[in-house]
Amino acid sequence: MSEDCVIEPLGDAALLLHFGDGIDAATNARVHAAAQAIAARQLPGIVELVPAYASLAVLFDAAQWPHAPETPAQRCAQALRQVLAQALPSQHDDTALIEIPVCYGGDFGPDLDAAAAGTAMAAAEFAAAHTEPEYRVAMLGFAAGFPYLLGLDARLHLPRRASPRTRVPAGAVAIGGAQTGIYPRELPGGWNLIGRTPLTLFDPQATPPNRLAAGMRVRFRAVDAATFSQLQTDRANP
Amino acid sequence: MIVVLRPGLLSSVQDLGRRGHAAIGVGPAGAMDPTLLRLANWLVGNADDAAAIECTLSGPCLRFDVDACIAWCGDADVRLDGAALPAWRPVPVARGSVLDAGALRRGARAYLAVAGGIAVAPVLGSRSVDVNAGLGPCEGRALRAGDRLPLAHDGAPRLRRAPAWSIAPWPWFDPTSERALRVLRGSHHGAMDQPSREALTAQRFRVSSESNRVGVRLIGPILRLRAPLELVSAPVTWGTLQLPPSGQPIMLAAEHPTTGGYPRIAHLIAADQSHLAQRRPGDSVVLQLVEAEETERLRQCREQALQRLHDTLKQRRRESGCDAST
Repeated sequence: MSEDCVIEPLGDAALLLHFGDGIDAATNARVHAAAQAIAARQLPGIVELVPAYASLAVLFDAAQWPHAPETPAQRCAQALRQVLAQALPSQHDDTALIEIPVCYGGDFGPDLDAAAAGTAMAAAEFAAAHTEPEYRVAMLGFAAGFPYLLGLDARLHLPRRASPRTRVPAGAVAIGGAQTGIYPRELPGGWNLIGRTPLTLFDPQATPPNRLAAGMRVRFRAVDAATFSQLQTDRANP
Repeated sequence: MIVVLRPGLLSSVQDLGRRGHAAIGVGPAGAMDPTLLRLANWLVGNADDAAAIECTLSGPCLRFDVDACIAWCGDADVRLDGAALPAWRPVPVARGSVLDAGALRRGARAYLAVAGGIAVAPVLGSRSVDVNAGLGPCEGRALRAGDRLPLAHDGAPRLRRAPAWSIAPWPWFDPTSERALRVLRGSHHGAMDQPSREALTAQRFRVSSESNRVGVRLIGPILRLRAPLELVSAPVTWGTLQLPPSGQPIMLAAEHPTTGGYPRIAHLIAADQSHLAQRRPGDSVVLQLVEAEETERLRQCREQALQRLHDTLKQRRRESGCDAST
């Protein structure tokens, strides 16, 4: 587990554990296995774990790590290496499959036609190819509850827009490079908008506030505008 | 209750921030100048992390609907019912009083702490408002005229008048831009070309007016990489100095996103967060590289000095009758 893990400082109150450089499921699984192992150990003086695609940040409280002669960062890194040496790769294949209804194209996905035009596909084909794979949530970041999904069909990879939109609506399903994700609230954004889900992805008053978490399996299901509206109404009046 | 009559440019409720939710994309928010928030809290007998009002470049106008004890830390002309409010010390406020704070004369941020703390309901474990994310109490936004802020204990303060003593703002509050902000090398420091690595610490930057609680944008020499880097999103933190393609670095602050995809060329040391927070648009920024061992020594000295100040304040408050037994 600890082999190939490079630990470096991320400022004076955090360490960054690198497990690789790319966007791939195996590397990402190691990130989450490490986060689980560290969390399970409940080391005093660790205040936050931030998993990403291929790296994990560990924020620590320097005052709680005995220092001399090494720095708190060095002591914390030693403790983390010990945890990782004993950790086992995680098995999260048994997690629930979450289905996300999406209305593709039109006002719901204003970039779908242009995106499809850039490939040899019709818009409907492009959307169908987006619903095909089973995705894995690699990480949440950028904004509260924003899921970065692994598993996008290589034919659907799209460069980010040259000029980002100042307002992307909540629920927008989008593609940026090799990644696909969902905007949990109205935000500025440079990804290509291909559809929109009526589901709420993040509600700070809910427990947990996030609908999706790292490691979860996700599939998109195409719905028409009428179903979108119905689901949105159901959400407003549960 | 405190009633907001005029909010000022950007005033918001802040404590020391939100921890434990970064894995779901929720950043810390919290005071931009955590040291000044702690001092203001200590002056009124609060714990370090009680919620107070953070003011940016200008202060608010507030009416107190209860007797209270307050402390203002910052440099502004603050009036309490028309009379100058002494700063950097606890001051009793009678019910019905109006506090009116003008533009900040020096520094970019000031804090108004109230004994007991601002008692808005915490969201995800914190009373900090993340203005950019729209998350937190107060509907996740900055204060507006008409907002009513509950206090943790509405009651008569034991203090009858402001003491003659006050804390010396320096070195905790340093509104000059003279001191260098100290940084550690980031993962991609070595990916910059040689002239850029030199320029990072040899040349002067200015704080852009586009700066906010998310990050402080620095205007100065254009910094370049030796070759373009394709990076996958990775965690970032308070003080991470990112280098976007424009070549003008951004130092992330309290409302930073939890992850980012730009090269991380340096990181501000925690002890200098407060000094970054007090730079105004147009102020100069000089960066100085330090090593991790030096950083740890600085952190310890600083925390020890703050602890001494905390203990002294406790003693002063007792002598002044702030904490008489009930």
